[in-house]
Amino acid sequence: MKQISTKNCTHDDLMVNDAKIDVRKLNVWFGDNHVLKDINLKIREKTVTAIMGPSGCGKTTLIRSINRMNDLINGSRTLGEVYIDGYNIYERNTNVYELRRKIGMVFQKPNPFPKSIYENVAFGPKIHKMARGKELDDIVEKSLKEAALWDEVKDRLHNSAFSLSGGQQQRLCIARALAVKPEIILMDEPCSSLDPTATARIEALLRRLSEKYTVVIVTHNLQQAARVSDFTAFLYMGKLVEYGDTKRVFENPQSELTEKYITGEFG
Amino acid sequence: MVNLEGKGGMKREGQRSLLEKAIEIILFVGALSSIIIVFLIIAYMSLEAYPALNLDFLLGWFWDPKKEMFGIFQIIVSTLYVGVGAILITTAIGVPTAIFLAEFCPRNVRNVIKPSIELLVGIPTIVLGFFGLMVVIPFIRDNFGGWGTSVLAGWMILAIMSLPHVISISEDALRAVPNSYKEAALALGATRWQTVKKVLLPYAKTGILASVLLALGRVMGETMAVTMVIGNPRVAWIPTSILDRAKVLTSTILLDWSYVEIPSMHYHSLFGIGLVLFFIVALIDVTATYMVKRGVIK
Repeated sequence: MKQISTKNCTHDDLMVNDAKIDVRKLNVWFGDNHVLKDINLKIREKTVTAIMGPSGCGKTTLIRSINRMNDLINGSRTLGEVYIDGYNIYERNTNVYELRRKIGMVFQKPNPFPKSIYENVAFGPKIHKMARGKELDDIVEKSLKEAALWDEVKDRLHNSAFSLSGGQQQRLCIARALAVKPEIILMDEPCSSLDPTATARIEALLRRLSEKYTVVIVTHNLQQAARVSDFTAFLYMGKLVEYGDTKRVFENPQSELTEKYITGEFG
Repeated sequence: MVNLEGKGGMKREGQRSLLEKAIEIILFVGALSSIIIVFLIIAYMSLEAYPALNLDFLLGWFWDPKKEMFGIFQIIVSTLYVGVGAILITTAIGVPTAIFLAEFCPRNVRNVIKPSIELLVGIPTIVLGFFGLMVVIPFIRDNFGGWGTSVLAGWMILAIMSLPHVISISEDALRAVPNSYKEAALALGATRWQTVKKVLLPYAKTGILASVLLALGRVMGETMAVTMVIGNPRVAWIPTSILDRAKVLTSTILLDWSYVEIPSMHYHSLFGIGLVLFFIVALIDVTATYMVKRGVIK
């Protein structure tokens, strides 16, 4: 690959003083591997923010640092701060369980539990002792409706989650995340294993969810980033190269690197 | 199908397939021989046991070779008593250990614990028997009273023996749980224990149960160490307390063999005991295997 300079990084000043998520000078290492380098990123409330970049650029690590899932990886080290509603989640006495309840996560491959559809959605509310009986039923119904799955599964709530198609399973995982009443939803390439129709449904759902939740989605699909997001961040080799209004980033990229990525010169 | 007639490679092709055939046959004979051996053993045992096999043998209450009484019912019950008790102890210690090793243990601690557990497998049963005789039995005699040789001593020795198997199979079952399930639970805000309880254990439970059953089969067939610590009264009885001595199927064969007359009813009965033991252990193993298979498909 041609040597590409990352010197002239360009960020829009988004003029946000009350960012929902505020990443400041974030550095992450896995062993000796410096995966994220001095990331600064402010994410607005109730928007869809896409993080794009070539494989291995640190996209996934970046969103997993927002709900501290990187803590689970042996040999990971984090330096810097991530503020959520003004609170630094890397503070020593952070309650990570409450943090992860507040921040839902949807993974690359649909990963429902080997339980019934109902039990999948009820899992979170149960472990957080949020509801029981009728109240729990209501949460399950509401979450499935929000994830646009209710009509397809309402007559077979007690069937195994594995009886659903891939796209339905992914929407079930979204419903499962919504059931614990999060404020932020992180999605790690949620459509990478889905066919175009299922992808379209998830993307439509994403737009709707952003009316109520702050959504951060990782994707290496440029069209997807352009279609669904309000803001786009471009990550390259662990550095944030460009960040701004999606339209602006795609139509008028400030960085040469972004332009090359968007026009398909590498990636 | 391509017609190879007249082509140069044809002959060589033919030779190779002959070699393939030969290898296949050799492998098949190898596989067959193990089956034949199993059936030979069963046939031989059945033949020798045949004169003793009747309801009086299986359900007869008294085993007293001197009085020509060969009922093994009490011995079967004692064997189950000793085996199941030992396995309960093993489960109570082994399953939590497996959970700890699979989920909570820092890597460097695991690097110490895991090899020591595996070392336990390598201890010959006769050495465990010595340990039982010299350490466990005096300990029981001094602290709980009685002879020392007892059901309790059998439990302890058998538990030590089966522990590594239960731990490693259970740990494997827990580690086989896809990481994506674990991540899903943790990302929902579950604690590590909640993840273990609600995701890992339900998923791994058939594997864990199978490990327990396999250990039970092994423990019931164990001879040397048990014979050394169990007490072996001359006349069979069902132990009334855990400090009571007991007579189990394996120890009966081992001890009676030294003075049995050949042929005699006593002799045939010992083969009968062997056959009964074989069927009990086989039944347990088949159940465990079936459970694992069903668990995998599910």
